[in-house]
Amino acid sequence: MTASTRTSPGGPAAGNLTGWVRKTRPNGVVAGTLVLALLVLLPIGAVVASLFSSSAGALQYLASTLLPELLLNTLGLIVLVGLGTAVVGTGTAWLVSACRFPGSRMLQWLLLLPLAMPAYIIGYAYTDFLLFAGPLQTTIRNMMGWTRDDYWFPEVHSLWGVSLMLVLVLYPYVYFLARTAFLEQSRGLLDVARTLGRGPWRVFFTVALPMARPAIAAGLALALMEALADFGTVQYFGVQTFTTAIYRTWFGMGDRVGAAQLASGLLMFVFLLISLEQWSRSRQAFHDTSRRQIKPMPVRLRGWRAALAMIACTLPVLLGFVLPVLILLGLHLDGGDELLGARFLSYARNSFLLAGTSAVLITACAVLTGYCLRSRSPVAGPLVRLATLGYAIPGTVVAVGVLIPLGVFDNWLDAQMQGWFGLSTGLLFSGTMLALLYAYLVRFLAVANGAIETGFKRIPPHIDDVARTLGRTRRQVITQVHLPLLNRSMLMSAAIVFVDVLKELPATLIVRPFNFDTLAVRVYQLASDERLEQAATGSLVIVAIALVPIILLTRVADSGGMAEPGLQP
Amino acid sequence: MSTFNINRRHLMAAAAASAGLLAAPSVLRAANEINLYSSRHYDTDEAFYTNFTKLTGIGINRIEAKAEELIERMKAEGANSPADVFITVDAGNIERANVDGLLQPVSSDTLTKAIPAHLRHPDGSWFGFSKRARVIVVARDRMKPEDVPTYESLADEKVKGKLLIRSSGNIYNQSLMGSIIAADGSEQAEAWARGVVANMARAPKGGDTDQIKAVAAGEGDVAVANSYYLGRLIVSDKAEDREIASKVQIVFPNQNGRGTNVNISGGGVARYARNVEGAVKFLEYLVSDEAQMLFASGNVEYPVVEGVKLPAPLDSFGSFKEDTLDAQKYAALNAEAVQIMDRAGWK
Repeated sequence: MTASTRTSPGGPAAGNLTGWVRKTRPNGVVAGTLVLALLVLLPIGAVVASLFSSSAGALQYLASTLLPELLLNTLGLIVLVGLGTAVVGTGTAWLVSACRFPGSRMLQWLLLLPLAMPAYIIGYAYTDFLLFAGPLQTTIRNMMGWTRDDYWFPEVHSLWGVSLMLVLVLYPYVYFLARTAFLEQSRGLLDVARTLGRGPWRVFFTVALPMARPAIAAGLALALMEALADFGTVQYFGVQTFTTAIYRTWFGMGDRVGAAQLASGLLMFVFLLISLEQWSRSRQAFHDTSRRQIKPMPVRLRGWRAALAMIACTLPVLLGFVLPVLILLGLHLDGGDELLGARFLSYARNSFLLAGTSAVLITACAVLTGYCLRSRSPVAGPLVRLATLGYAIPGTVVAVGVLIPLGVFDNWLDAQMQGWFGLSTGLLFSGTMLALLYAYLVRFLAVANGAIETGFKRIPPHIDDVARTLGRTRRQVITQVHLPLLNRSMLMSAAIVFVDVLKELPATLIVRPFNFDTLAVRVYQLASDERLEQAATGSLVIVAIALVPIILLTRVADSGGMAEPGLQP
Repeated sequence: MSTFNINRRHLMAAAAASAGLLAAPSVLRAANEINLYSSRHYDTDEAFYTNFTKLTGIGINRIEAKAEELIERMKAEGANSPADVFITVDAGNIERANVDGLLQPVSSDTLTKAIPAHLRHPDGSWFGFSKRARVIVVARDRMKPEDVPTYESLADEKVKGKLLIRSSGNIYNQSLMGSIIAADGSEQAEAWARGVVANMARAPKGGDTDQIKAVAAGEGDVAVANSYYLGRLIVSDKAEDREIASKVQIVFPNQNGRGTNVNISGGGVARYARNVEGAVKFLEYLVSDEAQMLFASGNVEYPVVEGVKLPAPLDSFGSFKEDTLDAQKYAALNAEAVQIMDRAGWK
């Protein structure tokens, strides 16, 4: 049972050899990542570039009115969503992976279900249910004969409310990565700790948790970036954050400079997050090199402990999935969307086409960024961070950011072609699905990269060296060693991107081609027309479709046990 | 090895699919089609499009999104933008598109004759095709229409803790605020906004329908909403919607003064339209009796053309005096309106 822990993946022993090999070759992977990073930065830059344009912008006006509230709300959102997803995600992951209690096996995959629920949809559902005029409060009032001033009810439309909504749908990011990490910790380490006299709780806090920390940090970063970029939910709940303020300054006051100033403010939050994550990862990387990976023996819980564990793991599923689905079902039965029946196939086909294509495309790009990180080039880390910035940028900003450079390019090309050949190419990329895929790439590369990077981390660097020693070329190392080992990570990445694109709204709405409606667009249009009953139908369909890759995800995560195929001696 | 082969096959398939996407022509522009950028998103509008195509043989391609975002898209697309017609659900955004140079003036006798002057741009850059009145809705059993006869009275002491109104991020509230600035001046307008905030029964949330429902449920006694949201509840298939409507009463504000604020759903021909003729035909179709009736019966909006017989429930609201302030004027005041509401703490 040889578990080795190293201080850094580029540790002295293995690092020098591969580092030397690499120096002798031009690194295409790094160059590829550079191109990718530029592609991602282009739209963000297009928006931020307005900073340097003519007018003075609204920052001064904002500073005197909204800025303090924006800062407080955004910080509050980060803290609340961060704490919530960390506790719920890590706690449930540990319970289902380290303990056995009634229902624990089923809960392992049930806990992922809220991932299928778009944040704006859970927002609609709960709002409608919990509002003063909604069914719950109305029933209470009718039963008790109360009026408005006779009772207190928590205000859903608050920072707390919106944070709760976001925690409910975002904790699975932490849960998923933390659970994978816990399952991969070999029993050996934990047993050693137990043998040395540590109780189960102390094992959790002193061994399991620190070892899972990189995975938890990665999940947390994803959840928080998503929370920062959220527009639909915070707007609906009337909580002013950077995202809503960007929207308001840009579109309400027609002030692109002010919006860009705010976007830069948002970016600072993102950099803060990313550096926190990096800091938490940098000091440790664990490669468990034991040859016989033995699954940790779960602790069997009984009595009240079992009951508590069960409640703790069931509650997120009930609140994050079952209850909102029931509310939506109720709304649907109340007056669902008839048109969806007739057009369902075209909406679903468009949604599938976009989600499927981007899942493959973005995963392929993430393999590139993952490789870049593995190359140990000094610029690799910063490059990949830049290439994955887009996840925290609100979809609207990404969308407009994509439109600007594409429009410039298309019009330039058109002018060139007219000048040289007298033929007009019109808009070559703007308004095509390619433009849409570009927007998704900017937005979701971080998600795919998270999964792939974690996958690469699990492949000990010395395997590369061994393969090279055995006469494999660099290319063969990739095709014969890395890709087979990354199989599951790639599937995971594709599944998560698929779900994210299926749920994505603002970019799809703005960038899409003519006569091209998706399920999410349909839901948005009905909801913005205040027809929630009808919107419920499409929402349920989105949730149902998103369940498919999520179930796949759970099966992939479980199929290989925790040992990577091919790692067995 | 085998696992990798599968992946490679997947990648090949994906590459083929991407190539297919790329090859798909970006804009299918048959000779007789117009391209619509529209922020209307009502299912009942389908009738416009199918009827127009049946009538003229001109097909319609659509992209529906928020006006603000469509404006950004047109700007980015520049001279090659495929848009022929741009349609919004408010005056503010259509005027913004005009100021940004995204529209072109149209001279059409049909349009100028049918639409009253204050509901269209003087140069013919855009036209209003339907009206939505921003009305006050009161609880039938707790408030009398006389208690809140004007928008200004919403800031009165007696409405304290009773007012339900949605967020200032909403364009309808921004347009209303613009009209108040135009009528009462910036200072008065800001005082009014502060009074409104002080009177709120709760922090702004939800849409217009939510405000009406909240009045019916007793969360407050006075709400501000666009007329068609109430109209929809009245003609709803659902008994509970009709019950909500029966508990409230509509008030057309400022009848003894400048009149009730009316917003428009407006449209114009895009600056770089290729099919200008088709675009103008479509705009002209929108003022036909048939289309004007569809605005009224489909989404319960008021027709702009005089003499169109109002269907239920609009006829039951009765006629009212409308504020004839140029839509262009209050649209131009939009940015100031947002700033004032921010300063007043109107969320």
